[in-house]
Amino acid sequence: MSLLELTGVRKTFGAIEALRGVTFSVEAGSAVALVGDNGAGKSTLMKTITGVYHPDEGEIRFDGQSLAGKDPGDIRRAGIEMIYQDLALAKMRDVAANIFLGRELTRSVLGVKLIDSKRMRGEAEAMILKLGARIKSVTQMTGHLSGGQQQSVAIARALTFNPKLVIMDEPTAALAVREVEHVLDLIRTLKGQGIAVILISHRLTDVFSVCDRIVVLRQGAVIADDATRLTSMSAVVAHIVGATDALQQGEQL
Amino acid sequence: MSASTSAAAQTPTWRERIAGGAAVRLESLIVLAVLCAVMAALSNVFLSVSNVLNILLSTSVFGVLAIGMTFVICSAGIDLSVGSILALSGVAGAMLTSNLDLPWYVGIAGCLAMGAFTGWVNGFLITKGAIPPFIVTLGMLGVARGFALVLSDGVSIYGLPPPIVWLGQGRPFGVPVPVVILLLTALVAHVLLAHTRFGIYAQVIGDNEGAARAMGVRVERHKVMLYTLSGALSGLAGLLFAARINSGEPTAGLNYELTAITATIIGGTNLFGGRGSVVGTLIGALIMGVLQNGLNLMAVRPFYQQIAIGAVLILAVWLDRINSAEGRR
Repeated sequence: MSLLELTGVRKTFGAIEALRGVTFSVEAGSAVALVGDNGAGKSTLMKTITGVYHPDEGEIRFDGQSLAGKDPGDIRRAGIEMIYQDLALAKMRDVAANIFLGRELTRSVLGVKLIDSKRMRGEAEAMILKLGARIKSVTQMTGHLSGGQQQSVAIARALTFNPKLVIMDEPTAALAVREVEHVLDLIRTLKGQGIAVILISHRLTDVFSVCDRIVVLRQGAVIADDATRLTSMSAVVAHIVGATDALQQGEQL
Repeated sequence: MSASTSAAAQTPTWRERIAGGAAVRLESLIVLAVLCAVMAALSNVFLSVSNVLNILLSTSVFGVLAIGMTFVICSAGIDLSVGSILALSGVAGAMLTSNLDLPWYVGIAGCLAMGAFTGWVNGFLITKGAIPPFIVTLGMLGVARGFALVLSDGVSIYGLPPPIVWLGQGRPFGVPVPVVILLLTALVAHVLLAHTRFGIYAQVIGDNEGAARAMGVRVERHKVMLYTLSGALSGLAGLLFAARINSGEPTAGLNYELTAITATIIGGTNLFGGRGSVVGTLIGALIMGVLQNGLNLMAVRPFYQQIAIGAVLILAVWLDRINSAEGRR
């Protein structure tokens, strides 16, 4: 049984069919790339997994459980974390508050649950240290950090609560070369720890260097789902742009 | 605002300590101090104990409104209906006790419940109807005021039970009860806004609603609670207002939304959401109270007070824009 299993997932927005029966699965400890042109339905699909959208049809099972009707909070608690392309940070709050956003540590005072900022800062600091992120202090306001630092905060948040699956939406799009290597190393480390990764990326070199399987989405449907070692960069590009027939003809010649 | 955060601030500064991590602006404290100094220089009764208590007393009603407003504005919303809800709640409470002869505690509960219910309707329409808060609460400003006039037939409902009147006019140890209620409300609200999930989520929703939703905050449900809270506090303000004049008044609280919003903004709450502080709002409300009181003492006609309050609001936001524009460059 796979860790994550999607079966015939459909989602429409008015007249637009964003997802037309998506089926694929992700094994524990593996990295699956999700590639496709803009508007192929990648973001919709991920938001359907994380509970921001609910599918109109089809089933999503995670760790043997159906995710039907669960909200983003439930799904995070089930063990799915997502690093959003826009990072989903509260820029007016400090680093520690962002790492614990939605899962604040509390202490009970006279029966009232108060936010335990001190403990949150301590644990956030430990996480930042463990990740080797270059952030001076977890009390810094997140909006004042550089883009790379902000991404470290988003990554730290995704990894603090022992996820089983981490979804990364274009994690390398805005990064310098050295930082990209750091993210790719991180994906390898996660795999080594038995954590599954779904990587959404336009950078096929990144995809080929860390992912075990590549799923290509076009117009809301999976049109290719191959092991990385059994496919090629040109085949994936052809699937993305919809030139598969032409490619097959080319191979025959 | 930016000085403490540009360097690595390992330990919170004394300002952050006082504010519990929220934004109390030193500027608003300075404005309050300067304003008090000017008023004291212009009028020799300004600093008398009775006048100071007067200021606190007149601040208490719109101070309670401004505390509710702080939560709403933190979430990047707005509540224009607070003054009308105040009137509707006061009328409802007065009708329960004076017209229906129900006991005083039913009157108090009715007042708060009417406010909370009206606020809930605001929140319901904003979230379920996806109508901007500005429009919903502007509409409610008319609707609630209209209901207050319809229910009371446009006349004051006199004669409230003594326990309710005590809430408005009582002075245990010389301190007016509304002042005590304002301070207690502010204390609870401060803890709620700065130290609980409820308050932090209100601010995160104003900061980045999408992030709040993605991280598992039930944004819609939370917004409904925020407008319900603002409504309930408007109900409390309505109770205090009615108790003070011993009457349910359908025209009570006219233009109070202006005062409440102004107090909140000059108290340092970000007009566009994300950050705010109850302590700051309390200071903002005191600035408004001192301003009104001072103008009264100097026998300035009340008409000019409206001009002053409106001008202060625009000026405060303008200065903030200039400040934040410089801070980003």
